Amino acid sequence: MTPSLPKQTPPSGAPEPSGASGTSSGPGASGPAAQGAPPAPAPAGASPRRLAELRGGPDVPHKHLDARALAALAANPGCRRRALLDGAGVDKSAVAQALGSPAPFGQSQFALVRGNAFEARVKADGGEVLLALLCEQVGEARPEPAQVVVPDLTADGPAGRVERTRLALAEVPEGRWALLDHPWLSLRVAGSTAYLEPDALAVHPDGSLSIIEIKSFPILDGAADTVKAGAAARQSAVYALALENQPRAVRESALLVCPKDFSNLPAAGLLPLRKQIAATRRQLRRLTRLEEIAAELPDGLHFAPTQEPEELAAAVESVPATYAPECLSTCELAFHCRQRARDAGSVVALGRSVRGELGGLATVPDVLAAASGDPDSAASRDPAAALLRRAAALRAEALEDAAARGRAREASETGAVRDAEVG
Amino acid sequence: MSLLDALARMEAVACGRARPVATVRHRHLAEHPLVLVPLTTAGENGAPLGVMLGTEPSAPTILTVAQPRDRDLRFAFLGRLAEAVLPHLESCQDEVELVERKETDPESGKRVTVETELCTDAPQLLVPTGPGVDFVRLLGRSTRFRRTAEEDPESEHPAPPRLPLLGRWLSHYGERARVPGSSLLLSMTGLLTRHWATGQSQLEDQHLGALLAWLAPPEGATGAEAALRAELGRDGRGRLLVPPAGPATDPAFDNELLAPALTRYDRGVPGAEEEVHELVATQLRPTWEAMWEGAGMLRTLPEAEHVPDRWRRDRQSYTHHRDRLRAAEPPQPRKDDAVTAARKLAMREQRQAELEAQEALDDPLVMAVRRLAGEAFFAEVLEVEMAYSQGKRPSPRPLVTVHTQDAPLLTDGDKLHRRLPEGGQQRAELVEMAGPGELVLRLVNGMGRAKEPAPGTVPRKGDLVCWTLFEHAPRGGPGLPEPEETPWTHGGPPGERSAERPDPVTSEDVL
Repeated sequence: MTPSLPKQTPPSGAPEPSGASGTSSGPGASGPAAQGAPPAPAPAGASPRRLAELRGGPDVPHKHLDARALAALAANPGCRRRALLDGAGVDKSAVAQALGSPAPFGQSQFALVRGNAFEARVKADGGEVLLALLCEQVGEARPEPAQVVVPDLTADGPAGRVERTRLALAEVPEGRWALLDHPWLSLRVAGSTAYLEPDALAVHPDGSLSIIEIKSFPILDGAADTVKAGAAARQSAVYALALENQPRAVRESALLVCPKDFSNLPAAGLLPLRKQIAATRRQLRRLTRLEEIAAELPDGLHFAPTQEPEELAAAVESVPATYAPECLSTCELAFHCRQRARDAGSVVALGRSVRGELGGLATVPDVLAAASGDPDSAASRDPAAALLRRAAALRAEALEDAAARGRAREASETGAVRDAEVG
Repeated sequence: MSLLDALARMEAVACGRARPVATVRHRHLAEHPLVLVPLTTAGENGAPLGVMLGTEPSAPTILTVAQPRDRDLRFAFLGRLAEAVLPHLESCQDEVELVERKETDPESGKRVTVETELCTDAPQLLVPTGPGVDFVRLLGRSTRFRRTAEEDPESEHPAPPRLPLLGRWLSHYGERARVPGSSLLLSMTGLLTRHWATGQSQLEDQHLGALLAWLAPPEGATGAEAALRAELGRDGRGRLLVPPAGPATDPAFDNELLAPALTRYDRGVPGAEEEVHELVATQLRPTWEAMWEGAGMLRTLPEAEHVPDRWRRDRQSYTHHRDRLRAAEPPQPRKDDAVTAARKLAMREQRQAELEAQEALDDPLVMAVRRLAGEAFFAEVLEVEMAYSQGKRPSPRPLVTVHTQDAPLLTDGDKLHRRLPEGGQQRAELVEMAGPGELVLRLVNGMGRAKEPAPGTVPRKGDLVCWTLFEHAPRGGPGLPEPEETPWTHGGPPGERSAERPDPVTSEDVL
């Protein structure tokens, strides 16, 4: 694991944290925060030192935000807990484990092996196959393999790799094709730097860029699973946002490369990104800035998974979460948050759509009190209460009706049995 | 989610177990359904790992693949699957009844009555989850274009003899499952969530184990506790206590147990094949039992009144497919032509509207949802005043004044529908809102042809009548052109349908 800090940060007088992984650890942070003064909300975002503190010290590994996490974050922008923990680089799955609600996520090695084999196959021969698929989709002439620039992108550390990618993009001669295999991009999100690694980028002869996403779900008879293709589009939109601070234009459609039907042969399609980019940009802007969330936390509070579970639970609890059942498939802490939401009787634990007609009633006991028409309950005065009482009355009436019919049916059946015995 | 369903979920939270959202069973449930629990290999499209199937809880058949990436083993597995499933799918082909059907005579263009066969029953297939239904469709797609040694003697990997036939049946069942209210192929999670609400979200309801935990929590535990154990509980070896109902397996199971066993099989370790078989079976058995537990719960509900009508359509669908197979038609194409696709969509829309109406008519709890939404109301008849239409032959148009405590969303002239006590339906129009909850309706049909209304077709003072704003038997839109008349905007006539080519074989499919 490598810290997110760019190497260029001017060193301050504060003692340097001992990096977890020697080669690429950057020194600590800017002045005031490091001196123990209250963290000032600087426009540059929360200081790396403050983020390291939140992780539990410089020795706790930093987990970088990736495009998948960003896309998931953008799907639930109101969740401060997720924004802070992800932004600070806390290993949420270790935290969830320590809290006793481990995330049941994992990838089967079969899927991993097959996915890697597919990507290697598609990228073999200097990306010839990949560019052929791209040209076929966008209707451009296929370049001669020798005419394609394939820059070497190896460098030390994330910041170095981002810089190397930037240089490589700038160096592509005019009018030539280029293919960047696993380039690195960076994106500032809510005051934290995220490093992103698209599968590939292609530079067209006109100078524009295409994002290429290689996935292992199939395109069957020309159609891919809409949910998975949608997730791929959101992920590509994050890359497109990260590519906005360089001079080249990014094409509005990304190339999605998947296995064709039941084979391991590649098939491709264009993913329109315009809407996804607009939506993701708006959601990421809505993310409360990290330093604002961090400023509300007491000093000394941190999320190291090694501390006592009660302390960790209290630390996690001090940042409000916005749980919804959709979190279960995207966030490692979801089972913990779900338990808290259920304990609090939150109606959202039953699904976001439940909230629609409940007005200001946010908990299950309140809703049931309003529905029962209990005059002593404050919930009964909510504007939604009248509708709820009516709903409860209709439900009770229908259930009573059904029960009566059930009794009638039983009676007629036993009657029939008696008659049969008599006969 | 409707407010009533949300309320049922909250009741479930409060009392710790699932609550009913239906008082009758809205889907057909065969006496001996074929329960099919499939598992797939992660990362590969449609590569089966194993399946447990049968029509009796006590007599399941377990089929597994010792190495899912080996094409020959996969084909051998699919061949055994075809031999196990086809006898059931073909079991209802020969018992038929003759029914009359109106048909347009191709020569004279007149509507004539013809007699056709209709199978008296159809085999039903039950799978655990929605993705299981998709997997049946995928299995059908992956096998129906395969060529057997007889069809293609040159093939290096000929399919087992009856495999393409299985593919065509599964494709048909998979496609039929998209029709609202159909019951040929159903998922257990879909069936149970239609009839009960749990104290968790719809997303969490997709886990069959968690769903059953809410429906029948063990003694002393709440649904939420039992569901949590079903979702996350693991034994000492890290295996989930309740394995996922598939078709995807638990990644931890794949990595910790299955992968080493497959490696041993690849190395030729003796007994490795049995080990893989037993491992896969451990993942299948709990779901198998859950399937029958769920089926047993559904049987406690009496069948809804309209279910036989809808099941008749399923029987028709089954009979049509049988006829297509007997006429040696080519397999279903990969993609429908424009007219077929449009027809299918129109048909599904119509079935959806019909299903919504029928479920409401069959079930007071579903009608309650429509009443709350202002789409139906119960009303007491206050007064009936005879009136007649203005015309050469005056027909009865009685004015009925009713009082309701419901809040229907009505404006003057709106059409209302009710069921007649003797069967059939009657339409009325809203004449005016006489006062709060008081409506004057004019009955416009369903009273016979005579001058005086037929007995029992006009409500009497004091009757309690359920009126709906929706039609009871909604009609579809206008007809669609024949495929050969497809307009150019939709690609023009599809032309002669050629037999589709099988999927190409790639080297990487073979180990």
